[in-house]
Amino acid sequence: MGHIAAVGISWSVKQSRLLDSVDLDAHDGQVVGLLGPNGSGKTTLLRLLAGLRRPDAGTVHYDDTDLRDFARRTLARRLAVVEQDISTSDTLTVRQVVELGRTPFRGRFDALTDADEQIIDSALEQADVADKQHRSWHTLSGGEKQRAQLARALAQQPREILLDEPTNHLDIRHQLDLLELLRSLGVTCVIALHDLNLAAQYCDHLVVLDHGRVAAAGRPSVVLTPDLVRTVYDVDALIDHEPTTGTIRITYRSARKRTNSGIGTPPVSADT
Amino acid sequence: MALGALATAALFVTIVSATLFGTANIGPLDVISTILRHVGLGAIAPTEPLPRLLDALIWESRVPRVLLAGAVGMALTVAGAVLQSVTRNPLADPYLLGVSSGASTGAVAVLLLGIGGGSLSLSTGAFAGALISFGVLLVLIGGGRVANPARVVLTGVLVSQFFAAITSVILMINGDANSTRGFTYWLLGSLAGARWQLVGVTAVLILVGVVAIQFFAPALDAFTFGWDSAAALGINVRAARVWLLVLTAAITAAAVAASGAIGFIGLLVPHAVRIVAGSMHRTLLPVTALVGAVFLIWIDTFARTAFAPNELPVGVITALLGAPAFALVLRRVNS
Repeated sequence: MGHIAAVGISWSVKQSRLLDSVDLDAHDGQVVGLLGPNGSGKTTLLRLLAGLRRPDAGTVHYDDTDLRDFARRTLARRLAVVEQDISTSDTLTVRQVVELGRTPFRGRFDALTDADEQIIDSALEQADVADKQHRSWHTLSGGEKQRAQLARALAQQPREILLDEPTNHLDIRHQLDLLELLRSLGVTCVIALHDLNLAAQYCDHLVVLDHGRVAAAGRPSVVLTPDLVRTVYDVDALIDHEPTTGTIRITYRSARKRTNSGIGTPPVSADT
Repeated sequence: MALGALATAALFVTIVSATLFGTANIGPLDVISTILRHVGLGAIAPTEPLPRLLDALIWESRVPRVLLAGAVGMALTVAGAVLQSVTRNPLADPYLLGVSSGASTGAVAVLLLGIGGGSLSLSTGAFAGALISFGVLLVLIGGGRVANPARVVLTGVLVSQFFAAITSVILMINGDANSTRGFTYWLLGSLAGARWQLVGVTAVLILVGVVAIQFFAPALDAFTFGWDSAAALGINVRAARVWLLVLTAAITAAAVAASGAIGFIGLLVPHAVRIVAGSMHRTLLPVTALVGAVFLIWIDTFARTAFAPNELPVGVITALLGAPAFALVLRRVNS
């Protein structure tokens, strides 16, 4: 369920083009990995997909509906976004944070219904933060905050989820848990990732961005090649198949010696 | 719900009992009888009518003053809670951010410079001044995009000082000794000017504003993790922000026009309420409104009776209590 189709997305800020004719398609519970170095446009693309910014050119459709035709609230009933920056000065409990996920379903003066409470319970459970639901947000570690945000997104009962580097504060076990959870939900996901091995292991489809353009797109086994890693990340890598499971395995050799090629390229804003 | 009922009961008890206190020595039963007579329940009044002068003292002075204190307390504390959420800054307070200062400038400009040719009231001037200073503040902090609390507060200090300076200039150039003295007192914050007409207008404005703000409680909750995050939860962020800022400016202006600049309670009360009622605005806003009303009524009762026959400006007391509270919140923000 859930179909995101972005075609020809371009976006510029102050003359500098951050995204240039980017296409992305995610459907039927696929987990689509968005790869690329810092500043390649991953976060920008996710914001445009979420309707938080308007693209200069191109269209985004959710199923057959143009993103521009969605009321904010209607969109929030099917699409959840997990952002990278999850700081607040408010003193909320984890459960209250997850409650926010019910916002698009609640009237201004409605109390939470029993159904809402059940949805919140199961979201807490799925993201493995049920035991921390009464803890104050400030007392959580970075990884616990990310899992609580994931629970909040799940409480929206979305058909599609956009996640911006949701694994970057997680320990290995929770990284695997998160990606396995996303796969098992059957929700269509677009997920910005840095870890190529995780991307190879868990994503059905990859879109690699480089300086705002799609450098490669397709199945991990097709996309992840030594050539691509060298051109996009400027890193030499050995890529083989893990003998028991057959999944792609990337071993980094070394950071390539910096050449002058990086200097003439247009400045791209930070990927945050 | 229980908390709301408790706070409502506390407000009711406070309004009744605060009118019993005063510099003139009038018995509680006489006070109650007087009030009952004026609200058309003279039949159940337990004592004989008071002499005219004492009757006026209670009905024309004490009662409106208590009600005004309640309304102003409600406005400033709710404004504080809203500003803290909208600017995403726990140190926000209408006084600290210069809104009260701007309202004062507007009031002085109308009163002493005759802007509007006498067609504008002090309240209108205060309202315009509050909106202008708020606008200046918002431009300087990028419409709330600046998340650094220290920078927001420093910008507020800047706006506040700037408008205070304009107020002083207007006062020094145009004011005679009497109006200057009166205004200085007003600038410190005082509820001594409470009369029925003023109370009526102020209370209606504030009640309408506070109820309207309650409509945006879900938006305020969604602002917890920033604008984008709120938008992704289906909130129309731009509309909610504009409405909240206009409503906040309106209730602040109404309060400041009636009572001068009473500082810090917008900081003190919402933070105290959060400890008990939590940070979710559906609960926080109504409880803050009620506690704010109760709090300012008692502070003002203290201000007018503790050092009789002298009266302390109520703003001085709120600053005495609020400044240490500010220090506490600041510590928590930094940790």
